[in-house]
Amino acid sequence: MTDGGGSAGETRAVGDPVVSIRGVHKVFQVADGRTRALESIDVDIQRGEFVSLIGPSGCGKSTLLRLIGDLTAPTAGIVTVNGKPARKARLDRDYGMVFQAPVLFDWRTVEGNVRLPLDIMGVRGRERDRRAREMLELVELHDFARHYPRQLSGGMQQRVAIARALAFEPKILLMDEPFGALDEMTRERMNSELLRIWERTKTTIVFVTHSIPEAVFLSSRVIVMSARPGRITNVIDVDLGRPRNEETREQERYFQLVTAVRESLRGRVDGETPVASPDRTMAEGTIG
Amino acid sequence: MADPAVGRGMRGAEAVTTADGTVAGGSGAGVITRGLRRHVDRVGYHLPAAAVFVGTIVLWELSVSALRLQRFILPPPTAIVAALASEADLLRRSALTTLFEAVGGLAIGVIAGLLVAFLTVRSSTARNALLPVAVAANAIPIIAIAPIMNNWFGVLNPLSKMMIVALLVFFPVMINVTRGLTQVEPSVLELMRSYAASEWTILRRVRIPNALPFFFTALKVSTTLSLIGAIVGEYFGGSSEVLGRVIVQSASRLRFDITWAAIFLGAVTGIVFYLLVVAVERLVMPWHASLRGQEG
Repeated sequence: MTDGGGSAGETRAVGDPVVSIRGVHKVFQVADGRTRALESIDVDIQRGEFVSLIGPSGCGKSTLLRLIGDLTAPTAGIVTVNGKPARKARLDRDYGMVFQAPVLFDWRTVEGNVRLPLDIMGVRGRERDRRAREMLELVELHDFARHYPRQLSGGMQQRVAIARALAFEPKILLMDEPFGALDEMTRERMNSELLRIWERTKTTIVFVTHSIPEAVFLSSRVIVMSARPGRITNVIDVDLGRPRNEETREQERYFQLVTAVRESLRGRVDGETPVASPDRTMAEGTIG
Repeated sequence: MADPAVGRGMRGAEAVTTADGTVAGGSGAGVITRGLRRHVDRVGYHLPAAAVFVGTIVLWELSVSALRLQRFILPPPTAIVAALASEADLLRRSALTTLFEAVGGLAIGVIAGLLVAFLTVRSSTARNALLPVAVAANAIPIIAIAPIMNNWFGVLNPLSKMMIVALLVFFPVMINVTRGLTQVEPSVLELMRSYAASEWTILRRVRIPNALPFFFTALKVSTTLSLIGAIVGEYFGGSSEVLGRVIVQSASRLRFDITWAAIFLGAVTGIVFYLLVVAVERLVMPWHASLRGQEG
């Protein structure tokens, strides 16, 4: 494990949480004042965990993910990743990122896209090709290595994006609603696929979603958030067994947990906002 | 400026991408039949255009004799072909010189346009200052200053025509390439940030490939512009063995068969030049073919 350099005065013991968020606030400057996107956030994420961030639109779940990835900086508080400040972790290339859109390069083949981070990080020759191949096999797209992204369906493109994010073997995978644009059938298949990959690679995953079933099915822990200001309102341990499969979705415990997450989302909404109905339909609507 | 090729090629794109998991792969015999079908499709696709072209020529020939048109009003295609043969030497030398001016000017203009575009990438201040001026300058009829270029660089010096061409070409290249280098999706830049990629890496791996389609769109416009610039520049004076002078002088002698022959040669040169750029474009951007659905 890399020494943090001690520049931010962080002296947490090695082997502690992969992600540690302490007293984080985030304020956005907008035209008519300021928006409190995140308020008093404290989270620890352990090695090998699969953590979902769920909440209504505008609850700051994506912002929280981007803080971990140092794609944006907190207004106050400290984000530590692998025992280092988030910025150092980004410069050390500790995490892979998957966005809602696949963000593939039209001018690179599927294999070329998976190779992108390796090219940038100076992995060359046979080692680079081997890893790209391996990742394509992991997402079962090796037959499409020479295709261009536009020739693939949305689900396949997102699998390429996942292969690309894993190609340089990052310690953490940050996923921002990666299956949000997919239809329900494809989404469920991608969920199982992602779990298989997670179990094989042992990567820590932080996953942003607004789908309750998805969060419950995938996660070891679900972090429930509320909007205006963005806060953590509940953390639910998902004690479903592994491996999880289609049968998991029919278990009694699964439904209980889905209900628990939904009530957490709703409870907070009822308590804070006079107009509860739009958010409530949102929470129920995603049960699909 | 839209790429004309993109719209044309949308047919067939659906055939490639179907539902998840069932994209048409490259299985043995299928490739051959598909290749053959594509070939037949292609011939069928170009057939109407070829028919219109031949039809126009035939109609032209017939109407000239039917309407008893004077030769100096509209010579028939056969007379133009005859002029092409009898004046072959002069026309060939003229076309080559004009092409030389066009290509030279194109090179100067493209290099200058690229240089300025790359310089403005680093500084948004420079870009915000230059781009509106360039867009405005692109709207003025630059060809009007041809006599001034002749005056500055010498009527008989090919450089005077090259500078006209260079000016014409500079603006579309600069504007398009600047857009291509800067109009990168924010999520792509975030991805590169997550890789801790340097500005140089982003330029090389993202901005330049992103700008390529923009560059070729500009280049295709520029090939046409370069011949227009060279020929019109020659109208205002120059060596007697250039297409523009041949056109002006034969017209003043009422030898319109030669005029038309020179115009024809200019047209052919322009088309060949254009197709050359298209060929290079396909070579440099194979992924573009995939957008057109021409690749299995």
